[in-house]
Amino acid sequence: MTRPQTRKQVHLAAHFPGVNNTTVWSDPAAGSQTDFASFATFSRAAERGLFDFVFLAEGLRLREHRGRIHDLDVVGRPDTLTVLNAIAAVTERVGLAGTINTTFNEPYGLARQFASLDHLSGGRSAWNLVTSSDAFTGANFRRGGFLKPEQRYERAGDMLAAAKALWLSRSAEVGSEAPVVGYESGQFSFRGRFSVPRSPQGHPVLIQSGDSEQGREFGAATADAIFSRHSTIEAGQEFYRDLKDRLPRHGRVDTDLTILPAATFVLGDTPADAAENAERIRHEQVSPQTAIAFLEQVWGRDLSAYDPDGPLPDVDPDPENVNITRGRVRHERDPLKVARDWRELAEAKRLSIRELIVETTARHSFVGTPKQVAEQIDEAVQADASDGFILIPHLVPTGLDTFVDTVIPELQDRGSYRTAYTGPTLRDHLGLPYPT
Amino acid sequence: MNTPGTPLHLAVEIGGAGRHPAAWRLPDADVAGLTGAAHHVRLARAAARGGLDLVVLAEPCAAPTGDPDLLEDSLDAVAIAARVAPVVPGIGLAPQVDVTHSEPFHVQKAIATLDLVSSGRAGWEVTVSRTPAEAALFGRTPARPVAELWLEAAEVIEAARLLWDSWEDDAVVRDAATGRYVDREKIHYADFEGEFFSVKGPSITPRSPQGQPLVVVRADDPEALGVAARWADVVRISAPGVSQAAAARLEVQAAAAESGRDPSGITVLLDVEVLLGGTDGEARGALAALDALTPGPDPEGVQYVGTPEGLAALVGEIVRAHAADGVTFVPLTLPGSLDAIVDGVVPLLVGAGARPSTPSSGTLRERFGLSRPANRHHAEVCP
Repeated sequence: MTRPQTRKQVHLAAHFPGVNNTTVWSDPAAGSQTDFASFATFSRAAERGLFDFVFLAEGLRLREHRGRIHDLDVVGRPDTLTVLNAIAAVTERVGLAGTINTTFNEPYGLARQFASLDHLSGGRSAWNLVTSSDAFTGANFRRGGFLKPEQRYERAGDMLAAAKALWLSRSAEVGSEAPVVGYESGQFSFRGRFSVPRSPQGHPVLIQSGDSEQGREFGAATADAIFSRHSTIEAGQEFYRDLKDRLPRHGRVDTDLTILPAATFVLGDTPADAAENAERIRHEQVSPQTAIAFLEQVWGRDLSAYDPDGPLPDVDPDPENVNITRGRVRHERDPLKVARDWRELAEAKRLSIRELIVETTARHSFVGTPKQVAEQIDEAVQADASDGFILIPHLVPTGLDTFVDTVIPELQDRGSYRTAYTGPTLRDHLGLPYPT
Repeated sequence: MNTPGTPLHLAVEIGGAGRHPAAWRLPDADVAGLTGAAHHVRLARAAARGGLDLVVLAEPCAAPTGDPDLLEDSLDAVAIAARVAPVVPGIGLAPQVDVTHSEPFHVQKAIATLDLVSSGRAGWEVTVSRTPAEAALFGRTPARPVAELWLEAAEVIEAARLLWDSWEDDAVVRDAATGRYVDREKIHYADFEGEFFSVKGPSITPRSPQGQPLVVVRADDPEALGVAARWADVVRISAPGVSQAAAARLEVQAAAAESGRDPSGITVLLDVEVLLGGTDGEARGALAALDALTPGPDPEGVQYVGTPEGLAALVGEIVRAHAADGVTFVPLTLPGSLDAIVDGVVPLLVGAGARPSTPSSGTLRERFGLSRPANRHHAEVCP
């Protein structure tokens, strides 16, 4: 079947399942979260599926719940950059993206590490740049929680500007002139010559994930790709338009920025199979103990005495105790309002604690047969709700396999997905310009 | 030539185009390939083919100066080690990692992860960064006295060793009945508070295949000797000659005993700079040609310029004199001198019974006669 070449192409990336309850570790098929074989298997599947990149998050402090290490989800992971370099050895084309925090690094070291990854992978590196200001994470680092929350984007912006000054100070030739780079800002002050010639992509692809006004503006000004979180087509479209509309002000065009929301998926041979699988996985993702822990996050109280199969607590949340869980991605919300909403929902649908948590937290973006899921993905992309998705499977290391074997061919049949990589670098996969 | 039961250990340090400042001008130097993975895989494979125990991946010991006579470009040594590890089995990989301008927490998890991706072949040569030019690259602290740098390095090693043990081996339980992925009683805070930094822990990375990756420290600075003796598994020394090396080794062993360790658990490796040729004259001619391009510094340690037979004899002499437990070859040129070591020198050592004909295949610790250490927390519970 021939389709016009002009059809908008779907971009897909694969997030290695991580330390939250999306990852089902209790499944008999669930493998090691730390053995390199898991990362190799996962990344090869992504490459077989012609994905743009695999994505590794970063951990700098183990999550705590009620003052103790949270033990219900996957805990622990290897070092992001070290694993990405190793994955480069067992793959040839797929991009290698990692989250690295700007707060606990200095520009020279980080620029050198990313330039090295870009060289050693033949131009496949990407950096999801995040910045944190919490003292909890800072306790593992020399300077502690030194950064003020209002300085987060200053730090991120200065880090990026400094790293770019280093990356772009060199030509690609080994032994070529390395001019002195001097950098002075509120966050950094350094001076010296960069020891790494310009890497194949010029510098890593830059990913940004902040959703605040400041985050959106930073992304529009500097990012090559946005890692967003939107559950509906409409919310995705609003975000997509907003971001793309900001580009001209920064001298950029639509294709300079790829917008990739996170997405989960559940497949089945029939629609009924898929729905049944989704229901099973949702319950695996929310064990009875996890349901109580979720409730405690909102209530700010010890609720371990409550029956997960029973009704919600009568007591109200303790709004003073919002830090009951530390070291996780926080979504700001008013606990009293959440409790009110949850009580109403539980009453209306006659839900136990666990069923309520399943209902409110364990949602899958795409559920259906391979053909249906391909349609849903393609329609979202054609409707400009995104340029594609960062898929988060629920299983390590085989969670991508069925998707790659069944959904990718459907997307290819629709004319919306590549049938081969067209270039060696991640910039080529994403259709991004090279920095000058 | 070797006492039975005390195998001769062989390491090689790889960096740039070789130790000689003019090595990059040689036709086989592959300067253009220096930033590519293939170059580093090729060198590590050569070392593995020779059955060497360890590749030390050198980091530049100074900031780039812009001198056009020098090749000052390099990639991050941990990155190279991780890129090489999955495709070059059968050899240990120890990147040099500076502890002066880096975060101890990052360093320890990078090395633990190198241990994961290499299935237990990770080492770490601890280095300090001395110069004002290097300090200026990072911009956080001014250059400090060497004694202070090594005091800090000792703290970094201590903290890393605590963090490597912060997860017991069986901390991941995956107990569906109780919903627990880990047994949190088996994950411990490091609570390290030193003079130079503190780190809370636990590590983010579970305990690695070796438990404690191999720690390498160069003991040439008087200030480093105590650190090496207290914390290192492998101690690198350089000395102007075999008898001075024997004295240095005794010094390391005495310092180890003084810090309460059994000196026999420490492997002392003597640096030997190497340039090989078919004849002594050919090798000396090659060195003279290099010196004519850019004069190399006068060697501070043992330098061997000659034939493979001569180098094998020198290694035998080092062993007989108890000058070291093995050597770290430092090729003056790459890949030339490395290939000559692997193809010319190692077979002679094997023939003499100093090296096994089939290299051992275990972890890097095992290669250095070290068992997998029990986790300190586990030891507390089950003495």
